[in-house]
Amino acid sequence: MSAIYILWLRQIKRYVRSRPRIVASLGQPLLFLLALGFGFGPIFQRAGQGNYIQFLAPGVIAMTVLFTAIFSGIELIWDRQFGFLKETLVAPVPRLLIMIGRTLGGATVAMMQGLIVVVICLLVGFRVTSYAKLPLAFFFMALVAVMFTALGTAIASVLSDFQGFQFVMNFLVMPIFFLSGALFPLTNVPKTLAVVASLDPLAYGVDGLRIALLGVGHFGVAMDAVVLCLITTALLGAGGYLFSRIQV
Amino acid sequence: MIRVQNLIKRYGDFTAVADISFEVATGEMFAFLGPNGAGKTTTIKMLTTLLKPTSGHVELDGLDPTTHANEARKRFGIVFQDPSLDDELTAYENMDFHGVLYKVPKRIRSERIEQLLKLFELWDRRKDPVKQFSRGMKRRLEIARGLLHTPKILFLDEPTLGLDPQTRNQLWTHVKKLNAEERVTVFLTTHYMEEAERVAQRIAIIDHGKIVAQGTPQELKQQTNSETLEQAFLALTGTTIREESAGSADQMRNMARMFRPRQK
Ligand SMILES: Nc1ncnc2c1ncn2[C@@H]1O[C@H](COP(=O)(O)OP(=O)(O)OP(=O)(O)O)[C@@H](O)[C@H]1O
Ligand SMILES: [Mg+2]
Repeated sequence: MSAIYILWLRQIKRYVRSRPRIVASLGQPLLFLLALGFGFGPIFQRAGQGNYIQFLAPGVIAMTVLFTAIFSGIELIWDRQFGFLKETLVAPVPRLLIMIGRTLGGATVAMMQGLIVVVICLLVGFRVTSYAKLPLAFFFMALVAVMFTALGTAIASVLSDFQGFQFVMNFLVMPIFFLSGALFPLTNVPKTLAVVASLDPLAYGVDGLRIALLGVGHFGVAMDAVVLCLITTALLGAGGYLFSRIQV
Repeated sequence: MIRVQNLIKRYGDFTAVADISFEVATGEMFAFLGPNGAGKTTTIKMLTTLLKPTSGHVELDGLDPTTHANEARKRFGIVFQDPSLDDELTAYENMDFHGVLYKVPKRIRSERIEQLLKLFELWDRRKDPVKQFSRGMKRRLEIARGLLHTPKILFLDEPTLGLDPQTRNQLWTHVKKLNAEERVTVFLTTHYMEEAERVAQRIAIIDHGKIVAQGTPQELKQQTNSETLEQAFLALTGTTIREESAGSADQMRNMARMFRPRQK
């Protein structure tokens, strides 16, 4: 337990101390909110879909959590290259616990970034339908955070340097984001896209967030929660397994 | 305490460790010497669960590190040859992190951290992030950290690399004391022959992945008719310089440094 805590604490300390990084990583969600939100707003309105910022905000929150979580997981590659990873790998602590500590730390960081973006959304005019449901939104954010930190860790466990990273971004992370329905409603999209989206774990996170924050959704809250929990568990298992096999 | 039988490690078709066997007794100080690229670090990695052997058998305190990794890890402490600190954390935090992972109880932990940081003259800098340290200071911190818990076996992979004579002296005094008082088995590598001669009871010399000689410093000198261990070493391993390109790990680390976004 203390091992999980100290690994978690390390991630938090690193995050809190890298203030430039915190600020820099808020640029992207802000850009999405402002450019897309106000850019597509009028069309969205005319198509009878209501206020686009309202629709977009949960997607941008999910995006922030997704990217921060993946990066937190991938940070493992830094630790390997700067040598610190060895120190944790020879410690008399089951590697699964080390992986869980790291993942919870990374997920907490992703969660904090997500919370900052929630505040930014509120500042640019996003309105939550019911504040009582905020805890439900946080629950979905936390699931997305843990899930993708575990995925990032799993990927970083098999990459020894950053050469494969671009590939992972372009062929995994970007599709996960763009196909999740974060930017557009999944109702009425072509059938193929709907099928692909239903295979995208982030789609359930975005959907859960929308249900919590706006009261409307696509898959249903129970479905979202169950799918996310299952995939998160599976990824933690896979990440733990791959992490335990790392050689340096 | 350490038993190695027919240990082999291949990287692709390059053989880094070519069928070595040796034993280290409990409470012994054992030096593993060899030119650059001989396979010392690779052997230590296989002994410390960081690397899987291609073939052969390894035992630490009767435990096989490939099958009982976690039990084996409880037995040893290690000072790595390569950097292994978290640069963003302070000196104290790096020590504390280690202490928690090794389950050193809180009170003893803070006592020992203070004692060791003072011993290696880092106490005044304990609140500074490690990235502000000089190389030698980082090395001192790594050594202090390696001594924080008292293991049965202590691996020291070129611990004195880049250290000033004062610190080297502190290190060996401390390690000898651990060895004498707590019967800690010590497995060390170094390129300073006089150091090996001074601290090690037994020495193995490895070259091109093979052990070419084993014995007490005295025996090695007799065997080669040499006055000093340095001469014996050169007689056994030749005088040509090994064309050791920077290890791939070093290269990657340099690359990473270049592309590091948060560089100051
Ligand atoms: N990951 C790797 N892939 C391929 N070759 C490797 C790898 N790691 C080490 N080697 C090679 O294995 C050989 C032994 O390396 P090792 O690090 O064990 O040497 P060493 O005896 O510790 O040398 P030094 O005194 O320079 O530390 C070297 O030729 C090195 O290039
Ligand atoms: Mg070495």
